[in-house]
Amino acid sequence: MATTPSDLVRLQLKGSKRLTWRTWGFELILLLTLLISLAALVTLLADVFQKGIPVFQERGDGFLRDPLSSLASRAGVYQGIVGSLLLLLFVAVIAGPIGIGAAIYLEEYAPDTRFTRFINVNIRNLAGVPSVVYGLLGLALFVRLLAGATGGRSVMSAGLTLGILVLPIVIITSAEALRAVPNSIREAGYGVGATKWEVIRSHVLPSAAPGILTGSVLSLSRALGETAPLILVGAVTGFLATGQQSFVETLQGRFTALPMIIFNWARQPSADFRESTAAAIIVLLFIILTANAASIILRNRYERKW
Amino acid sequence: MKTMVMRLASFKDQDSRRLHVAPSTATGPSAGAYENVFELKGTSVFYGDFRAVREIDLEIAEKRITAFIGPSGCGKTTVLRCLNRMNDLVESARIEGSIRYRGIDLYDRAVDAVEVRRRIGMVFQRPNPFPKSIFDNIAFGPKIGGFKGNMSDLVEESLTKAALWDEVKDRLSESAMGLSGGQQQRLCIARCIAVHPDVILMDEPCSALDPIATGRIEDLMAELKEEYTIIIVTHNMQQAARVSDMTAFFTTEVLEDQDRRAGILVEHAPTEQIFTTPSDQRTEHYVTGRFG
Repeated sequence: MATTPSDLVRLQLKGSKRLTWRTWGFELILLLTLLISLAALVTLLADVFQKGIPVFQERGDGFLRDPLSSLASRAGVYQGIVGSLLLLLFVAVIAGPIGIGAAIYLEEYAPDTRFTRFINVNIRNLAGVPSVVYGLLGLALFVRLLAGATGGRSVMSAGLTLGILVLPIVIITSAEALRAVPNSIREAGYGVGATKWEVIRSHVLPSAAPGILTGSVLSLSRALGETAPLILVGAVTGFLATGQQSFVETLQGRFTALPMIIFNWARQPSADFRESTAAAIIVLLFIILTANAASIILRNRYERKW
Repeated sequence: MKTMVMRLASFKDQDSRRLHVAPSTATGPSAGAYENVFELKGTSVFYGDFRAVREIDLEIAEKRITAFIGPSGCGKTTVLRCLNRMNDLVESARIEGSIRYRGIDLYDRAVDAVEVRRRIGMVFQRPNPFPKSIFDNIAFGPKIGGFKGNMSDLVEESLTKAALWDEVKDRLSESAMGLSGGQQQRLCIARCIAVHPDVILMDEPCSALDPIATGRIEDLMAELKEEYTIIIVTHNMQQAARVSDMTAFFTTEVLEDQDRRAGILVEHAPTEQIFTTPSDQRTEHYVTGRFG
């Protein structure tokens, strides 16, 4: 049997079974891992929505407008929403400017010394410290030591604690966004006689802004969901009076937040609170998803290509 | 090779025409009719402990195009980046010896690197427009330089000089990133001349461009040298032969007291001489393509 050259090539190009199986099998395993993660997420969401949606159907937006109560049928999350939004504001004001400023210094100004690298590594470590530890810090520093200014167990103490908690994350994500700005843009600025600050303000920061924004919003979402530090700095879980107060009084006053309410309701022995818990989770998820979606939209709008 | 020689023949005409231009207020030693813009004396450049460039002596004349040629790693880009203190941005870099710009020691403590770069502009290897509009790309330099006149006129003037105006005049507010590579590089040249520099440094400005775009940049350089002193680093010997008046040939050499290679300046002479009758054998080997 004569083998023509093209037969030979056809044989070589046929590929072996081993190759096909490996490719195929690996793809299957990867697909499986994806399905497992999705299944977990879907189960969680299905459970929460199944229990929580009836609460909204029954009470409408009353659940959002009612204050805390020991009766599940009358308990709402109004104070939690207000508390969480106040905390968010505080975290944004504290962690945003300080974190972004620190990142600019580290990336653009600090000389590349062993000390700088040491600080960089430690900021990364701080981002991994459990939130309970930050809660203890907040308790000792803001609730006890600085009680005169913060009013003890107050929105301010909790906001400062959460601000410090997300500070490393803001610094790391901002620094990464700054690092991703190509050096050629800096050189272009220096090439026409710009000072360091002019180069940073006019070119580096605008180019890094989408990344910085995304990182900052994601860290805000993280702060929004934290519970452990709030327990330690003393968020209220039960009765909370909110009369007519000035803004400063509100900041120095007692408070609660959505994750605290969820934590508290989930502990209640009575079955009535299960549905309320699920409904509160939906509210929290909604706020977090809204924040994340906003960050994605803003990023896409301002994203620059180079 | 033949075309190159023919092109070289035109240098003589240019020279005879240019010689009528009287040198402006000469303060230092001048080379013939041209005032020296730069004078390097025993200049070495270090990166940390490594001496990348060793003891360069070089004088660069006003309103001419000087080409730096040589194999990779010979230090030509390093020297170029020292001329407007762009190398300050490399933390470990430092120089020994002196670089004088119009008689002033560039590395004197009283000299501000920002002011140096305002007078000595730079065009980079890869086109690097700001991710902003075409107009803003040109306007940035003058704006931070305190320009008070009519910005639109200045933008038009700069783009016209860079032979880009006709192509972009209808889309000045569009992003510069939408331009082709060659257009982007001409935009960078326009951005550079918008601040009215004294010298333009070009670091392989055509290495990322196709031959047609390269030709346009080369034509542009020939026009710009009426007003500006231009120094160009190039890997392309034909380009050096085509556009430059003077050529400096660099190479690398292993020193007796060091294991690592360091860049040295072999020869600096009129381009015609470098490519026809070089005085150093290493130059001859390089330009005839025996190494590099």
